[in-house]
Amino acid sequence: MSKQFGILAFVVLTAAMAALPFGIGEYGHGVLVGMMSYIVLASAWALFSGPTRYVSLATVAFFGIGAYTVAVLADHLPFGAILVVAGVIGLGVALLVGMATLRLAGVYFVIFSFGLAELVRQLITWFETSVTHTLGRYIFVEITTVQIYWLLLGLAVITLALRWWIEQSRLGLAVHAIGDDETVARHAGVNVTGVKLALFAVSSVLITLAGAIQAPRWTYVEPSIVFNPTISFITLVMALLGGPGRMWGPVAGAVPLYFLFEWIATRFPDQNAVILGLVFVAIVFLVPGGLLSLIDKWRARGSGEQSHA
Amino acid sequence: MFLSTLVIGLVLGGTYALIALGLTIQYGIARIMNLAYGEITIAGAFFVLMLVSAMGLSPILGLILVVPLGFAISWLVYGVVLHPLVKRATHGGQLEIDSILVTFGLMFLAQGLFTMFFGSEFKGYNWLQVPVNLLGAKIAAGRMLGLVIAVLIGGGLWIAMQRTRWGVNLRAVANHPEFAPLVGIDRDRAARMAFGLGGGIAAAGGAVLSMYQPFTAIDGGFLTMKALVIVIMGGVGNLGGALMAGLLIGVVEAFVSYAIDPGLTLAATYAIFLGVLLWRPKGLFA
Repeated sequence: MSKQFGILAFVVLTAAMAALPFGIGEYGHGVLVGMMSYIVLASAWALFSGPTRYVSLATVAFFGIGAYTVAVLADHLPFGAILVVAGVIGLGVALLVGMATLRLAGVYFVIFSFGLAELVRQLITWFETSVTHTLGRYIFVEITTVQIYWLLLGLAVITLALRWWIEQSRLGLAVHAIGDDETVARHAGVNVTGVKLALFAVSSVLITLAGAIQAPRWTYVEPSIVFNPTISFITLVMALLGGPGRMWGPVAGAVPLYFLFEWIATRFPDQNAVILGLVFVAIVFLVPGGLLSLIDKWRARGSGEQSHA
Repeated sequence: MFLSTLVIGLVLGGTYALIALGLTIQYGIARIMNLAYGEITIAGAFFVLMLVSAMGLSPILGLILVVPLGFAISWLVYGVVLHPLVKRATHGGQLEIDSILVTFGLMFLAQGLFTMFFGSEFKGYNWLQVPVNLLGAKIAAGRMLGLVIAVLIGGGLWIAMQRTRWGVNLRAVANHPEFAPLVGIDRDRAARMAFGLGGGIAAAGGAVLSMYQPFTAIDGGFLTMKALVIVIMGGVGNLGGALMAGLLIGVVEAFVSYAIDPGLTLAATYAIFLGVLLWRPKGLFA
Protein backbone atom coordinates (compact mmCIF):
# COMPACT_ATOMS: atom_id res chain seq x y z
CA MET A 1 0.00 0.00 0.00
CA SER A 2 1.58 3.24 -1.09
CA LYS A 3 1.75 6.29 1.13
CA GLN A 4 -0.64 8.37 -1.01
CA PHE A 5 -3.20 5.60 -1.07
CA GLY A 6 -2.96 5.26 2.72
CA ILE A 7 -3.58 8.97 3.26
CA LEU A 8 -6.49 8.94 0.79
CA ALA A 9 -8.07 5.95 2.55
CA PHE A 10 -7.64 7.70 5.89
CA VAL A 11 -9.36 10.88 4.61
CA VAL A 12 -12.25 8.89 3.11
CA LEU A 13 -12.67 6.89 6.32
CA THR A 14 -12.69 10.07 8.40
CA ALA A 15 -15.32 11.67 6.14
CA ALA A 16 -17.47 8.54 6.37
CA MET A 17 -17.19 8.52 10.15
CA ALA A 18 -18.10 12.23 10.26
CA ALA A 19 -21.24 11.55 8.16
CA LEU A 20 -22.32 8.61 10.36
CA PRO A 21 -24.60 10.57 12.77
CA PHE A 22 -26.90 11.77 9.97
CA GLY A 23 -28.74 8.50 9.46
CA ILE A 24 -29.44 7.67 13.10
CA GLY A 25 -31.31 8.98 16.12
CA GLU A 26 -30.32 10.33 19.53
CA TYR A 27 -29.66 6.88 21.03
CA GLY A 28 -27.30 6.06 18.17
CA HIS A 29 -25.45 9.34 18.76
CA GLY A 30 -24.77 8.31 22.35
CA VAL A 31 -23.40 4.97 21.18
CA LEU A 32 -21.15 6.72 18.65
CA VAL A 33 -19.77 9.05 21.35
CA GLY A 34 -18.98 6.10 23.61
CA MET A 35 -17.26 4.20 20.83
CA MET A 36 -15.24 7.18 19.59
CA SER A 37 -14.23 7.98 23.17
CA TYR A 38 -12.72 4.52 23.62
CA ILE A 39 -11.04 4.74 20.20
CA VAL A 40 -9.30 7.91 21.42
CA LEU A 41 -8.49 6.48 24.87
CA ALA A 42 -7.09 3.19 23.58
CA SER A 43 -5.09 4.88 20.79
CA ALA A 44 -3.72 7.55 23.13
CA TRP A 45 -2.82 4.92 25.73
CA ALA A 46 -0.97 2.91 23.08
CA LEU A 47 0.81 6.02 21.80
CA PHE A 48 2.94 5.88 24.94
CA SER A 49 2.60 2.32 26.21
CA GLY A 50 2.77 0.51 22.85
CA PRO A 51 6.29 1.27 21.66
CA THR A 52 7.86 1.97 25.08
CA ARG A 53 6.18 -1.08 26.72
CA TYR A 54 5.54 0.92 29.89
CA VAL A 55 2.19 -0.25 31.26
CA SER A 56 0.22 2.81 32.37
CA LEU A 57 -2.69 2.15 34.73
CA ALA A 58 -3.46 5.86 35.09
CA THR A 59 -5.82 6.45 32.13
CA VAL A 60 -8.81 7.47 34.23
CA ALA A 61 -6.69 9.84 36.33
CA PHE A 62 -6.24 12.08 33.29
CA PHE A 63 -9.72 11.40 31.91
CA GLY A 64 -11.18 12.48 35.24
CA ILE A 65 -8.97 15.56 35.47
CA GLY A 66 -10.33 16.65 32.08
CA ALA A 67 -13.95 16.04 33.04
CA TYR A 68 -13.62 17.71 36.41
CA THR A 69 -11.91 20.78 34.95
CA VAL A 70 -15.01 21.28 32.78
CA ALA A 71 -17.26 20.83 35.83
CA VAL A 72 -15.40 23.55 37.72
CA LEU A 73 -15.02 26.07 34.90
CA ALA A 74 -18.23 25.51 32.89
CA ASP A 75 -19.92 28.65 34.25
CA HIS A 76 -16.88 30.90 33.91
CA LEU A 77 -15.23 30.27 30.53
CA PRO A 78 -16.25 29.36 26.97
CA PHE A 79 -15.94 25.63 26.22
CA GLY A 80 -12.96 26.05 23.88
CA ALA A 81 -10.99 27.91 26.54
CA ILE A 82 -11.85 25.26 29.12
CA LEU A 83 -10.44 22.57 26.83
CA VAL A 84 -7.16 24.49 26.67
CA VAL A 85 -7.03 24.83 30.47
CA ALA A 86 -7.82 21.10 30.89
CA GLY A 87 -5.04 20.19 28.46
CA VAL A 88 -2.55 22.37 30.33
CA ILE A 89 -3.50 20.82 33.70
CA GLY A 90 -3.20 17.30 32.23
CA LEU A 91 0.21 18.25 30.82
CA GLY A 92 1.38 19.55 34.19
CA VAL A 93 0.32 16.41 36.07
CA ALA A 94 1.88 14.17 33.39
CA LEU A 95 5.20 16.03 33.56
CA LEU A 96 5.23 15.86 37.36
CA VAL A 97 4.49 12.11 37.44
CA GLY A 98 6.79 11.42 34.50
CA MET A 99 9.75 13.32 35.92
CA ALA A 100 9.46 11.47 39.23
CA THR A 101 9.17 7.98 37.77
CA LEU A 102 10.27 7.69 34.14
CA ARG A 103 13.98 8.09 34.81
CA LEU A 104 13.75 4.93 36.94
CA ALA A 105 12.90 1.33 36.03
CA GLY A 106 9.43 0.58 34.65
CA VAL A 107 7.98 -0.88 37.87
CA TYR A 108 8.14 2.47 39.67
CA PHE A 109 6.02 3.98 36.95
CA VAL A 110 3.53 1.11 37.14
CA ILE A 111 3.18 1.46 40.92
CA PHE A 112 2.76 5.21 40.71
CA SER A 113 0.21 5.00 37.91
CA PHE A 114 -1.65 2.21 39.75
CA GLY A 115 -2.82 4.59 42.46
CA LEU A 116 -2.73 7.93 40.64
CA ALA A 117 -6.46 8.05 39.85
CA GLU A 118 -7.36 7.27 43.45
CA LEU A 119 -4.88 9.89 44.67
CA VAL A 120 -6.31 12.62 42.42
CA ARG A 121 -9.85 11.62 43.40
CA GLN A 122 -8.99 11.86 47.11
CA LEU A 123 -7.32 15.24 46.67
CA ILE A 124 -10.26 16.70 44.74
CA THR A 125 -12.80 15.25 47.20
CA TRP A 126 -10.85 16.70 50.11
CA PHE A 127 -10.53 20.08 48.41
CA GLU A 128 -14.23 20.21 47.53
CA THR A 129 -15.49 19.16 50.95
CA SER A 130 -13.16 21.23 53.10
CA VAL A 131 -12.28 24.29 50.98
CA THR A 132 -15.10 24.98 48.49
CA HIS A 133 -17.81 22.98 50.34
CA THR A 134 -19.40 21.79 47.09
CA LEU A 135 -19.02 18.09 46.42
CA GLY A 136 -20.69 17.39 43.10
CA ARG A 137 -21.26 19.96 40.38
CA TYR A 138 -23.70 20.52 37.54
CA ILE A 139 -22.44 21.11 34.02
CA PHE A 140 -24.47 23.25 31.65
CA VAL A 141 -22.70 23.68 28.33
CA GLU A 142 -24.51 24.45 25.06
CA ILE A 143 -23.34 21.51 22.96
CA THR A 144 -25.15 18.68 21.17
CA THR A 145 -24.23 15.00 21.29
CA VAL A 146 -23.31 15.08 17.60
CA GLN A 147 -20.94 18.01 18.19
CA ILE A 148 -19.27 16.06 20.98
CA TYR A 149 -18.92 13.12 18.60
CA TRP A 150 -17.28 15.32 15.97
CA LEU A 151 -14.88 16.76 18.51
CA LEU A 152 -13.92 13.25 19.60
CA LEU A 153 -13.51 12.18 15.98
CA GLY A 154 -11.17 15.13 15.48
CA LEU A 155 -9.22 14.07 18.56
CA ALA A 156 -9.02 10.49 17.22
CA VAL A 157 -7.68 11.79 13.89
CA ILE A 158 -5.06 13.87 15.73
CA THR A 159 -4.07 10.87 17.88
CA LEU A 160 -3.67 8.53 14.91
CA ALA A 161 -1.87 11.16 12.83
CA LEU A 162 0.53 11.80 15.70
CA ARG A 163 1.23 8.08 15.98
CA TRP A 164 1.83 7.88 12.25
CA TRP A 165 4.11 10.90 12.29
CA ILE A 166 6.11 9.56 15.26
CA GLU A 167 6.57 6.17 13.58
CA GLN A 168 7.94 7.95 10.50
CA SER A 169 10.31 10.26 12.31
CA ARG A 170 13.60 9.80 14.13
CA LEU A 171 11.60 9.96 17.36
CA GLY A 172 9.87 6.71 16.33
CA LEU A 173 13.23 4.99 15.89
CA ALA A 174 14.29 6.18 19.33
CA VAL A 175 11.03 5.03 20.90
CA HIS A 176 11.27 1.55 19.42
CA ALA A 177 14.90 1.31 20.53
CA ILE A 178 13.76 2.05 24.11
CA GLY A 179 11.04 -0.59 23.88
CA ASP A 180 13.52 -3.20 22.62
CA ASP A 181 16.32 -2.51 25.08
CA GLU A 182 16.60 0.62 27.16
CA THR A 183 20.28 0.23 28.00
CA VAL A 184 21.25 -0.22 24.36
CA ALA A 185 19.15 2.80 23.39
CA ARG A 186 20.89 4.90 26.04
CA HIS A 187 24.31 3.87 24.79
CA ALA A 188 23.28 4.66 21.23
CA GLY A 189 22.80 8.26 22.35
CA VAL A 190 19.02 8.33 22.76
CA ASN A 191 17.80 10.73 25.43
CA VAL A 192 15.74 7.92 26.97
CA THR A 193 14.07 9.85 29.77
CA GLY A 194 13.26 12.80 27.53
CA VAL A 195 11.63 10.65 24.85
CA LYS A 196 9.55 8.70 27.38
CA LEU A 197 8.51 11.90 29.12
CA ALA A 198 7.48 13.56 25.85
CA LEU A 199 5.37 10.60 24.75
CA PHE A 200 3.74 10.19 28.16
CA ALA A 201 2.89 13.90 28.19
CA VAL A 202 1.34 13.84 24.71
CA SER A 203 -0.64 10.70 25.49
CA SER A 204 -1.88 12.14 28.81
CA VAL A 205 -2.99 15.44 27.24
CA LEU A 206 -5.02 13.53 24.62
CA ILE A 207 -6.70 11.43 27.34
CA THR A 208 -7.41 14.57 29.41
CA LEU A 209 -9.07 16.19 26.38
CA ALA A 210 -11.19 13.08 25.77
CA GLY A 211 -12.49 13.41 29.33
CA ALA A 212 -13.08 17.14 28.99
CA ILE A 213 -14.93 16.90 25.67
CA GLN A 214 -17.36 14.32 27.05
CA ALA A 215 -18.01 16.02 30.38
CA PRO A 216 -21.14 17.92 29.19
CA ARG A 217 -22.83 14.54 28.57
CA TRP A 218 -22.99 13.89 32.32
CA THR A 219 -24.71 17.13 33.45
CA TYR A 220 -23.95 16.09 37.04
CA VAL A 221 -20.35 15.29 37.98
CA GLU A 222 -18.83 13.92 41.15
CA PRO A 223 -15.28 12.64 41.70
CA SER A 224 -16.47 9.05 42.10
CA ILE A 225 -18.25 9.22 38.72
CA VAL A 226 -15.41 10.60 36.60
CA PHE A 227 -12.60 8.65 38.32
CA ASN A 228 -14.21 5.27 37.71
CA PRO A 229 -11.33 2.71 37.55
CA THR A 230 -13.27 0.56 35.07
CA ILE A 231 -12.42 3.15 32.38
CA SER A 232 -8.67 2.53 32.80
CA PHE A 233 -9.25 -1.18 32.74
CA ILE A 234 -11.42 -1.22 29.60
CA THR A 235 -8.99 1.05 27.75
CA LEU A 236 -6.16 -1.34 28.54
CA VAL A 237 -8.15 -4.41 27.43
CA MET A 238 -9.05 -2.76 24.12
CA ALA A 239 -5.52 -1.65 23.30
CA LEU A 240 -4.13 -5.07 24.17
CA LEU A 241 -6.70 -6.96 22.12
CA GLY A 242 -5.93 -5.02 18.96
CA GLY A 243 -2.21 -4.78 19.67
CA PRO A 244 -0.68 -1.61 21.16
CA GLY A 245 2.42 -1.90 18.98
CA ARG A 246 0.55 -0.85 15.85
CA MET A 247 -1.14 2.35 14.77
CA TRP A 248 -4.53 0.72 14.03
CA GLY A 249 -4.29 -1.93 16.74
CA PRO A 250 -6.16 -0.03 19.49
CA VAL A 251 -8.93 0.94 17.02
CA ALA A 252 -9.30 -2.69 15.95
CA GLY A 253 -9.63 -3.66 19.62
CA ALA A 254 -11.83 -0.76 20.72
CA VAL A 255 -14.68 -1.08 18.20
CA PRO A 256 -15.69 -4.74 18.74
CA LEU A 257 -15.02 -4.70 22.50
CA TYR A 258 -17.04 -1.52 22.97
CA PHE A 259 -20.14 -3.20 21.60
CA LEU A 260 -19.40 -6.44 23.45
CA PHE A 261 -18.98 -4.61 26.78
CA GLU A 262 -22.13 -2.52 26.21
CA TRP A 263 -24.02 -5.75 25.66
CA ILE A 264 -22.48 -7.40 28.74
CA ALA A 265 -23.19 -4.33 30.90
CA THR A 266 -26.91 -4.38 30.03
CA ARG A 267 -27.28 -8.16 29.98
CA PHE A 268 -25.20 -9.10 33.06
CA PRO A 269 -24.91 -5.90 35.13
CA ASP A 270 -23.92 -7.77 38.30
CA GLN A 271 -21.29 -10.01 36.74
CA ASN A 272 -19.83 -7.20 34.64
CA ALA A 273 -16.48 -6.95 36.46
CA VAL A 274 -16.03 -10.72 36.59
CA ILE A 275 -16.57 -11.11 32.85
CA LEU A 276 -14.27 -8.16 32.08
CA GLY A 277 -11.55 -9.74 34.23
CA LEU A 278 -11.89 -13.10 32.47
CA VAL A 279 -11.82 -11.51 29.00
CA PHE A 280 -8.71 -9.63 30.01
CA VAL A 281 -6.82 -12.67 31.32
CA ALA A 282 -7.81 -14.61 28.21
CA ILE A 283 -6.40 -11.86 25.97
CA VAL A 284 -3.03 -11.85 27.75
CA PHE A 285 -2.83 -15.61 27.30
CA LEU A 286 -4.26 -16.12 23.84
CA VAL A 287 -3.31 -13.02 21.81
CA PRO A 288 -0.15 -11.67 23.47
CA GLY A 289 0.78 -9.54 20.44
CA GLY A 290 -2.77 -8.36 19.69
CA LEU A 291 -5.24 -9.36 16.99
CA LEU A 292 -3.43 -7.54 14.18
CA SER A 293 -0.27 -9.56 14.85
CA LEU A 294 -2.26 -12.71 14.04
CA ILE A 295 -2.69 -11.41 10.48
CA ASP A 296 1.09 -11.15 10.22
CA LYS A 297 1.44 -14.70 11.45
CA TRP A 298 -0.99 -15.96 8.83
CA ARG A 299 0.83 -14.04 6.13
CA ALA A 300 4.20 -15.34 7.31
CA ARG A 301 2.86 -18.89 7.31
CA GLY A 302 1.39 -18.40 3.83
CA SER A 303 4.58 -17.04 2.31
CA GLY A 304 6.63 -19.67 4.14
CA GLU A 305 4.63 -22.45 2.49
CA GLN A 306 4.99 -20.78 -0.88
CA SER A 307 8.75 -20.61 -0.62
CA HIS A 308 8.86 -24.29 0.23
CA ALA A 309 6.81 -25.18 -2.84
CA MET B 1 -3.68 12.67 72.03
CA PHE B 2 -0.17 12.39 70.62
CA LEU B 3 0.47 9.09 72.34
CA SER B 4 -2.81 7.44 71.37
CA THR B 5 -2.38 8.59 67.75
CA LEU B 6 1.10 7.10 67.79
CA VAL B 7 -0.21 3.78 69.12
CA ILE B 8 -3.06 3.71 66.59
CA GLY B 9 -0.47 4.39 63.89
CA LEU B 10 1.77 1.59 65.12
CA VAL B 11 -1.13 -0.86 65.15
CA LEU B 12 -2.13 0.10 61.63
CA GLY B 13 1.53 0.08 60.58
CA GLY B 14 1.98 -3.37 62.10
CA THR B 15 -0.74 -4.74 59.81
CA TYR B 16 0.69 -2.88 56.80
CA ALA B 17 4.15 -4.22 57.60
CA LEU B 18 2.80 -7.76 57.82
CA ILE B 19 0.99 -7.43 54.49
CA ALA B 20 4.01 -5.82 52.82
CA LEU B 21 6.24 -8.61 54.13
CA GLY B 22 4.33 -11.13 52.02
CA LEU B 23 4.54 -8.90 48.97
CA THR B 24 8.26 -8.29 49.31
CA ILE B 25 8.78 -12.07 49.48
CA GLN B 26 6.66 -12.61 46.37
CA TYR B 27 8.26 -9.81 44.40
CA GLY B 28 11.80 -10.32 45.69
CA ILE B 29 11.98 -14.08 45.20
CA ALA B 30 9.37 -15.04 42.61
CA ARG B 31 10.07 -11.74 40.76
CA ILE B 32 6.42 -11.29 39.92
CA MET B 33 4.72 -7.97 40.49
CA ASN B 34 1.39 -9.14 41.83
CA LEU B 35 -1.26 -6.43 41.50
CA ALA B 36 -3.92 -8.84 42.81
CA TYR B 37 -2.04 -9.24 46.10
CA GLY B 38 -4.44 -7.18 48.20
CA GLU B 39 -7.31 -9.35 46.98
CA ILE B 40 -5.84 -12.31 48.90
CA THR B 41 -5.81 -10.07 51.99
CA ILE B 42 -9.46 -9.14 51.50
CA ALA B 43 -10.33 -12.79 50.79
CA GLY B 44 -8.74 -13.63 54.15
CA ALA B 45 -10.74 -10.89 55.84
CA PHE B 46 -14.02 -12.16 54.32
CA PHE B 47 -13.17 -15.73 55.31
CA VAL B 48 -12.65 -14.78 58.95
CA LEU B 49 -15.77 -12.60 58.86
CA MET B 50 -17.83 -15.61 57.73
CA LEU B 51 -16.35 -17.86 60.42
CA VAL B 52 -17.05 -15.26 63.11
CA SER B 53 -20.50 -14.03 62.08
CA ALA B 54 -21.99 -17.21 60.58
CA MET B 55 -20.42 -19.92 62.72
CA GLY B 56 -19.55 -17.98 65.86
CA LEU B 57 -15.93 -19.07 65.87
CA SER B 58 -13.04 -17.03 67.27
CA PRO B 59 -11.09 -14.74 64.92
CA ILE B 60 -7.90 -16.29 66.27
CA LEU B 61 -9.01 -19.68 64.97
CA GLY B 62 -9.87 -17.94 61.70
CA LEU B 63 -6.35 -16.53 61.53
CA ILE B 64 -4.86 -20.00 61.97
CA LEU B 65 -7.11 -21.50 59.28
CA VAL B 66 -6.70 -18.70 56.79
CA VAL B 67 -2.92 -18.94 56.40
CA PRO B 68 -2.81 -22.37 54.71
CA LEU B 69 -5.78 -21.29 52.61
CA GLY B 70 -4.00 -18.17 51.38
CA PHE B 71 -0.92 -20.26 50.72
CA ALA B 72 -2.89 -22.81 48.70
CA ILE B 73 -4.72 -20.21 46.59
CA SER B 74 -1.53 -18.32 45.77
CA TRP B 75 0.33 -21.57 45.04
CA LEU B 76 -2.44 -22.51 42.61
CA VAL B 77 -2.52 -19.06 41.00
CA TYR B 78 1.21 -19.28 40.44
CA GLY B 79 1.00 -22.79 39.01
CA VAL B 80 -2.01 -22.25 36.77
CA VAL B 81 -1.78 -18.62 35.67
CA LEU B 82 1.74 -17.30 36.21
CA HIS B 83 3.97 -20.30 35.57
CA PRO B 84 2.87 -20.60 31.91
CA LEU B 85 3.82 -16.92 31.50
CA VAL B 86 7.23 -17.57 33.10
CA LYS B 87 7.77 -20.43 30.64
CA ARG B 88 6.58 -18.37 27.68
CA ALA B 89 8.65 -15.26 28.39
CA THR B 90 11.75 -14.91 26.26
CA HIS B 91 13.24 -12.22 28.48
CA GLY B 92 12.65 -10.65 31.89
CA GLY B 93 10.93 -7.58 30.48
CA GLN B 94 8.27 -9.64 28.74
CA LEU B 95 7.50 -11.56 31.96
CA GLU B 96 7.27 -8.32 33.90
CA ILE B 97 4.73 -6.83 31.49
CA ASP B 98 2.72 -10.06 31.21
CA SER B 99 2.55 -10.58 34.96
CA ILE B 100 1.53 -6.97 35.62
CA LEU B 101 -1.24 -7.27 33.05
CA VAL B 102 -2.50 -10.66 34.11
CA THR B 103 -2.53 -9.86 37.84
CA PHE B 104 -4.31 -6.58 37.07
CA GLY B 105 -6.97 -8.70 35.34
CA LEU B 106 -7.11 -11.06 38.33
CA MET B 107 -7.57 -8.07 40.62
CA PHE B 108 -10.61 -6.99 38.65
CA LEU B 109 -11.94 -10.54 38.57
CA ALA B 110 -11.55 -11.00 42.33
CA GLN B 111 -13.11 -7.63 43.15
CA GLY B 112 -16.06 -8.53 40.93
CA LEU B 113 -16.49 -11.87 42.70
CA PHE B 114 -16.29 -10.29 46.17
CA THR B 115 -18.87 -7.66 45.21
CA MET B 116 -21.14 -10.34 43.77
CA PHE B 117 -21.06 -12.45 46.92
CA PHE B 118 -20.71 -9.90 49.69
CA GLY B 119 -22.08 -6.65 48.24
CA SER B 120 -20.23 -3.34 48.18
CA GLU B 121 -20.95 -2.05 51.71
CA PHE B 122 -18.51 -1.96 54.61
CA LYS B 123 -18.30 -5.29 56.41
CA GLY B 124 -16.91 -6.18 59.81
CA TYR B 125 -17.59 -7.68 63.21
CA ASN B 126 -17.18 -6.52 66.78
CA TRP B 127 -14.49 -8.23 68.76
CA LEU B 128 -12.58 -7.26 71.90
CA GLN B 129 -13.75 -3.66 71.90
CA VAL B 130 -12.83 -3.27 75.61
CA PRO B 131 -10.48 -0.33 75.88
CA VAL B 132 -7.02 -1.08 77.22
CA ASN B 133 -5.07 1.65 78.93
CA LEU B 134 -1.60 1.91 77.44
CA LEU B 135 0.66 4.73 78.69
CA GLY B 136 -2.40 6.91 79.15
CA ALA B 137 -3.85 6.17 75.70
CA LYS B 138 -7.06 4.15 75.43
CA ILE B 139 -6.84 1.52 72.68
CA ALA B 140 -9.34 -1.25 71.87
CA ALA B 141 -7.99 -4.64 72.93
CA GLY B 142 -8.54 -6.07 69.43
CA ARG B 143 -6.22 -3.46 67.94
CA MET B 144 -3.53 -4.21 70.51
CA LEU B 145 -3.79 -7.91 69.78
CA GLY B 146 -3.56 -7.15 66.06
CA LEU B 147 -0.23 -5.43 66.62
CA VAL B 148 1.07 -8.29 68.76
CA ILE B 149 0.09 -10.88 66.14
CA ALA B 150 1.66 -8.86 63.33
CA VAL B 151 4.91 -8.58 65.29
CA LEU B 152 4.90 -12.29 66.15
CA ILE B 153 4.36 -13.44 62.55
CA GLY B 154 6.80 -10.89 61.14
CA GLY B 155 9.45 -11.73 63.72
CA GLY B 156 9.00 -15.49 63.29
CA LEU B 157 9.32 -15.17 59.55
CA TRP B 158 12.43 -13.06 59.88
CA ILE B 159 14.10 -15.63 62.11
CA ALA B 160 13.09 -18.44 59.75
CA MET B 161 14.57 -16.56 56.79
CA GLN B 162 17.80 -15.76 58.62
CA ARG B 163 18.41 -18.99 60.52
CA THR B 164 17.04 -21.96 58.56
CA ARG B 165 18.37 -23.73 55.48
CA TRP B 166 15.02 -23.09 53.83
CA GLY B 167 15.37 -19.35 54.44
CA VAL B 168 18.92 -19.30 53.11
CA ASN B 169 17.73 -20.95 49.88
CA LEU B 170 15.00 -18.37 49.41
CA ARG B 171 17.36 -15.50 50.14
CA ALA B 172 19.88 -16.90 47.70
CA VAL B 173 17.28 -16.81 44.93
CA ALA B 174 16.30 -13.28 45.93
CA ASN B 175 19.85 -11.94 45.96
CA HIS B 176 21.44 -13.83 43.06
CA PRO B 177 18.80 -15.56 40.98
CA GLU B 178 21.32 -16.52 38.31
CA PHE B 179 23.78 -18.18 40.71
CA ALA B 180 21.27 -20.02 42.92
CA PRO B 181 20.91 -22.98 40.52
CA LEU B 182 24.72 -23.43 40.59
CA VAL B 183 24.55 -24.48 44.24
CA GLY B 184 21.69 -26.86 43.63
CA ILE B 185 18.70 -24.64 44.41
CA ASP B 186 15.62 -25.27 42.30
CA ARG B 187 14.63 -21.76 41.29
CA ASP B 188 11.22 -22.74 40.07
CA ARG B 189 10.36 -24.43 43.35
CA ALA B 190 11.69 -21.49 45.32
CA ALA B 191 9.55 -19.10 43.26
CA ARG B 192 6.43 -21.20 43.80
CA MET B 193 7.16 -21.50 47.51
CA ALA B 194 7.73 -17.76 47.82
CA PHE B 195 4.52 -16.96 45.99
CA GLY B 196 2.52 -19.29 48.20
CA LEU B 197 4.22 -18.04 51.35
CA GLY B 198 3.49 -14.44 50.39
CA GLY B 199 -0.16 -15.37 49.85
CA GLY B 200 -0.34 -17.02 53.28
CA ILE B 201 1.02 -13.86 54.89
CA ALA B 202 -1.37 -11.70 52.86
CA ALA B 203 -4.31 -13.74 54.14
CA ALA B 204 -3.02 -13.51 57.71
CA GLY B 205 -2.84 -9.74 57.26
CA GLY B 206 -6.46 -9.77 56.15
CA ALA B 207 -7.47 -11.75 59.23
CA VAL B 208 -5.68 -9.27 61.49
CA LEU B 209 -7.20 -6.30 59.64
CA SER B 210 -10.72 -7.69 60.04
CA MET B 211 -10.20 -7.86 63.82
CA TYR B 212 -10.26 -4.10 64.26
CA GLN B 213 -11.37 -2.42 61.04
CA PRO B 214 -14.36 -2.69 58.67
CA PHE B 215 -13.50 -3.28 55.00
CA THR B 216 -15.15 -3.41 51.56
CA ALA B 217 -14.96 -5.74 48.56
CA ILE B 218 -12.73 -3.32 46.65
CA ASP B 219 -10.24 -2.40 49.40
CA GLY B 220 -7.65 -4.82 48.00
CA GLY B 221 -6.45 -2.23 45.50
CA PHE B 222 -5.53 0.26 48.25
CA LEU B 223 -3.78 -2.45 50.23
CA THR B 224 -1.74 -3.55 47.21
CA MET B 225 -0.81 0.05 46.53
CA LYS B 226 0.31 0.73 50.09
CA ALA B 227 2.14 -2.60 50.26
CA LEU B 228 3.95 -1.80 47.00
CA VAL B 229 5.04 1.59 48.31
CA ILE B 230 6.25 -0.04 51.54
CA VAL B 231 8.14 -2.72 49.58
CA ILE B 232 9.92 -0.08 47.50
CA MET B 233 10.67 2.02 50.59
CA GLY B 234 12.12 -0.94 52.44
CA GLY B 235 14.02 -2.21 49.42
CA VAL B 236 12.66 -5.12 47.34
CA GLY B 237 13.10 -8.44 49.20
CA ASN B 238 14.33 -6.72 52.38
CA LEU B 239 12.17 -8.05 55.24
CA GLY B 240 13.53 -5.73 57.93
CA GLY B 241 13.12 -2.78 55.59
CA ALA B 242 9.49 -3.68 54.90
CA LEU B 243 8.78 -3.90 58.65
CA MET B 244 10.27 -0.48 59.35
CA ALA B 245 8.65 1.15 56.32
CA GLY B 246 5.26 -0.40 57.17
CA LEU B 247 5.32 0.99 60.70
CA LEU B 248 6.40 4.39 59.37
CA ILE B 249 3.54 4.54 56.84
CA GLY B 250 1.05 3.51 59.52
CA VAL B 251 2.22 6.22 61.91
CA VAL B 252 2.23 8.91 59.20
CA GLU B 253 -1.29 7.91 58.13
CA ALA B 254 -2.54 8.05 61.69
CA PHE B 255 -1.15 11.56 62.21
CA VAL B 256 -2.40 12.89 58.87
CA SER B 257 -5.79 11.37 59.60
CA TYR B 258 -5.90 12.96 63.06
CA ALA B 259 -4.34 16.34 62.34
CA ILE B 260 -5.54 17.10 58.80
CA ASP B 261 -8.21 14.84 57.29
CA PRO B 262 -8.88 11.07 57.18
CA GLY B 263 -9.51 11.46 53.44
CA LEU B 264 -5.88 12.34 52.78
CA THR B 265 -4.14 9.16 53.99
CA LEU B 266 -3.42 7.97 50.47
CA ALA B 267 -2.02 11.38 49.57
CA ALA B 268 0.33 11.09 52.56
CA THR B 269 1.49 7.65 51.39
CA TYR B 270 2.10 9.05 47.93
CA ALA B 271 3.99 12.06 49.23
CA ILE B 272 6.37 9.71 51.07
CA PHE B 273 6.62 7.52 47.98
CA LEU B 274 7.50 10.53 45.85
CA GLY B 275 10.23 11.48 48.31
CA VAL B 276 11.66 7.97 48.24
CA LEU B 277 11.64 7.94 44.42
CA LEU B 278 13.45 11.26 44.24
CA TRP B 279 16.09 10.61 46.90
CA ARG B 280 16.46 6.87 47.52
CA PRO B 281 14.82 4.81 44.75
CA LYS B 282 16.66 1.68 45.91
CA GLY B 283 15.00 1.89 49.32
CA LEU B 284 15.55 3.81 52.54
CA PHE B 285 17.93 1.22 53.96
CA ALA B 286 20.00 0.46 50.87
